[in-house]
Amino acid sequence: MTSPVAGGVDCDLHPAVPHLTSLLPYLNDYWRDQVTTRGMTDLVSQSYPSNSPISARPDWRPAKGKPGASLADMQARALAPFGVSYGICNPLFGVQMVFSEDMADAFCRALNDWLVKEWLDKDARLRGSIVIPVQSIEKSVTEIERCARDERFVQVLMLVMGDMPLGKRAYWPIYAAADRLGLPIGIHAGSSYHNPPTSVGWGSYHIEDYVAQAQAFQTQLTSLIVEGVFARHPGLKMVMLESGFTWLPSYLWRLHKFWRGIRMETPWVDRAPLEIVRSNIRFSLQPIDAPPDPQTLNRLFDHMQSDELLLFSTDYPHWQFDGDAALPEGMSPELVRKIMIDNPYATYGRLKQLALKEETP
Amino acid sequence: MNVQFRELPEPASSADAKTAIADCDIHPARATKTELYPYLAKRWHQHLETYNAHPYQGMMDGPPYPKAQPNAARRDAYPPEGGPQGSSLSFMQQQHLDPNHVVLGVLNPLATGQGIRNHELAAAICSAINDWQIEKWTSKDCRLKGSIVVANEDGATAAAEIRKRGHDKNFVQVLLLSRTVEPLGQRRYWPIYEAAEEVGLPVGVHAFGFGGNPITASGWPSFYIEEMVGHSQCQQAVLASIVLEGVFERHPKLKMIMIEAGFGWAPSLSWRLDKSWQRLKSEVPHVKRPPSEYIRDHIYFTTQPMEDPERRDHLFDVIDWVGWDKLLFATDYPHWDFDDPSRVLPPGVSEPNREAFYLNNALKLYGLA
Repeated sequence: MTSPVAGGVDCDLHPAVPHLTSLLPYLNDYWRDQVTTRGMTDLVSQSYPSNSPISARPDWRPAKGKPGASLADMQARALAPFGVSYGICNPLFGVQMVFSEDMADAFCRALNDWLVKEWLDKDARLRGSIVIPVQSIEKSVTEIERCARDERFVQVLMLVMGDMPLGKRAYWPIYAAADRLGLPIGIHAGSSYHNPPTSVGWGSYHIEDYVAQAQAFQTQLTSLIVEGVFARHPGLKMVMLESGFTWLPSYLWRLHKFWRGIRMETPWVDRAPLEIVRSNIRFSLQPIDAPPDPQTLNRLFDHMQSDELLLFSTDYPHWQFDGDAALPEGMSPELVRKIMIDNPYATYGRLKQLALKEETP
Repeated sequence: MNVQFRELPEPASSADAKTAIADCDIHPARATKTELYPYLAKRWHQHLETYNAHPYQGMMDGPPYPKAQPNAARRDAYPPEGGPQGSSLSFMQQQHLDPNHVVLGVLNPLATGQGIRNHELAAAICSAINDWQIEKWTSKDCRLKGSIVVANEDGATAAAEIRKRGHDKNFVQVLLLSRTVEPLGQRRYWPIYEAAEEVGLPVGVHAFGFGGNPITASGWPSFYIEEMVGHSQCQQAVLASIVLEGVFERHPKLKMIMIEAGFGWAPSLSWRLDKSWQRLKSEVPHVKRPPSEYIRDHIYFTTQPMEDPERRDHLFDVIDWVGWDKLLFATDYPHWDFDDPSRVLPPGVSEPNREAFYLNNALKLYGLA
């Protein structure tokens, strides 16, 4: 086993909303009435069915309730064992699935307020991601600005499968707001199911949806790069969460080859895709889609040609590894330090500020 | 590449073993719009003139993402006698087959009946394309072999076409396109695999086509480069579907070829499938072995557009993971992203691997060894 170093950052934790009704105290009268009068069901996404093996490690599954709903469990399973100073909470409650932008906005506001009260206020190590009603750019920007006043929100969270490719210009005001406020954009696995989950339609199985997340990340990365998001915002970081990363090198070889061939189509792309990824894109560590032998994995790290791309994550409570093996076998201590400490602090500007403040009383 | 700058060697009188290649992705084109009419019933001539092909996309003529250049083809590939690139056998021989020492050229016609919403018309055009391949190409040059194109959205009709042509030596594979109405592992396509296994032909899945779905899981992207790069993501979804629907459990002798979508993604996809299957196999009890084993046993990849890392040891790692015995060299002639056989493989490859890559894997797979 590769040992963690103390003082790291866990960049992908999933606190669960126990039920839609848990958000009632954070909704106004109108929406509280809508939820109760209409008998709205809980917003659990098919991306993570509560009882699916991937949604919780067998030994992390609570006796009752949703995996990830208990702070004490998260502290005992994820925060303490890996000795992290910070853990970033990425709620996957299915607010992105609703079709009304007004309803999505109300639920996002409630979800973000719930995260502050039920999690961030209760453990000083926890940090949050701002969930946004992405169907409305205007409402998303308003929500980012509202939440960003609390320094404990360290990024904006979007899903990898949504209404439009994420590089589309319509989304740019979101990126401008995030850039202005020092927030990276986190893009997490999952779908609004507003489009089929693969580029060739609806698969039959849950496992197909999960495998397809990696392909969705690939097409999103292409979109973000070729639309020119990083020419407009050279300092903006985007973090691919629960994306897998072993696909990255061969994906970039292909993108780079086509970019060289037809860059006349997107002349505003001012740097090679490889270079853009190295400076602007980060990946959470889990899941590691690779064979268990350290030799192959170390070849893959070599193919990535950078030790700055990965950010430590347990993906708690999802089942990505067993025991304490969040860090794969055969990783050098230098790389562990980069992944657990240096890279997350370099990515999440707001964490750095806080750490510095705490060091100088 | 747009234009071949390298001076072409003199055609060898008989291709010698060191330089002979199989080109597993050549695109033959029609010289005129009506070139197919002799093979089509009269009623369809009128129909096409009036309503056009009515595909699963909006454009009456041409692709919704404009290509980087006309017909996505090399600028030096227009035949001297006129017509689009790839429409003249004599010029294809002179520009490509002879100088590049092609001893086997697999034809993959793209503008066929595949992706046409009227399934009857789709079947008629596919059958016409198959006749046309024989008459215009394979009967005139024995190096060229055809692909049985089928109306893939209608499994029963497609299977009938495969059985009708399956033992004709003009054809070496069945050809599907990757972007279909549903992922290709689904049961509407099963008769195709059953028929292909029965007649002993591999099934090639070429990037492209239209099935009505947005070409990413987040809707329609803006640019041609996104479509081009995205073919490898489509192909991953196709392959995942085929494996997870149990196609190879039902058809243990079936081989499939992933054409023009790269191969570098295959190891990572295999590892992801295996890891997910370890967790979720209770959902897919018909998938009896780790998905990577089906891929290793049943899947081949054409090489173009070849992955092009900065360091050649990275390329060799990936080929080792995929298997030197699983790659089929292809140029994509006459398309603009043509891979030049003399430059595609960096130095440092053993002679047996080199021969497998350029020729022997293809001869073996297509039963021509």
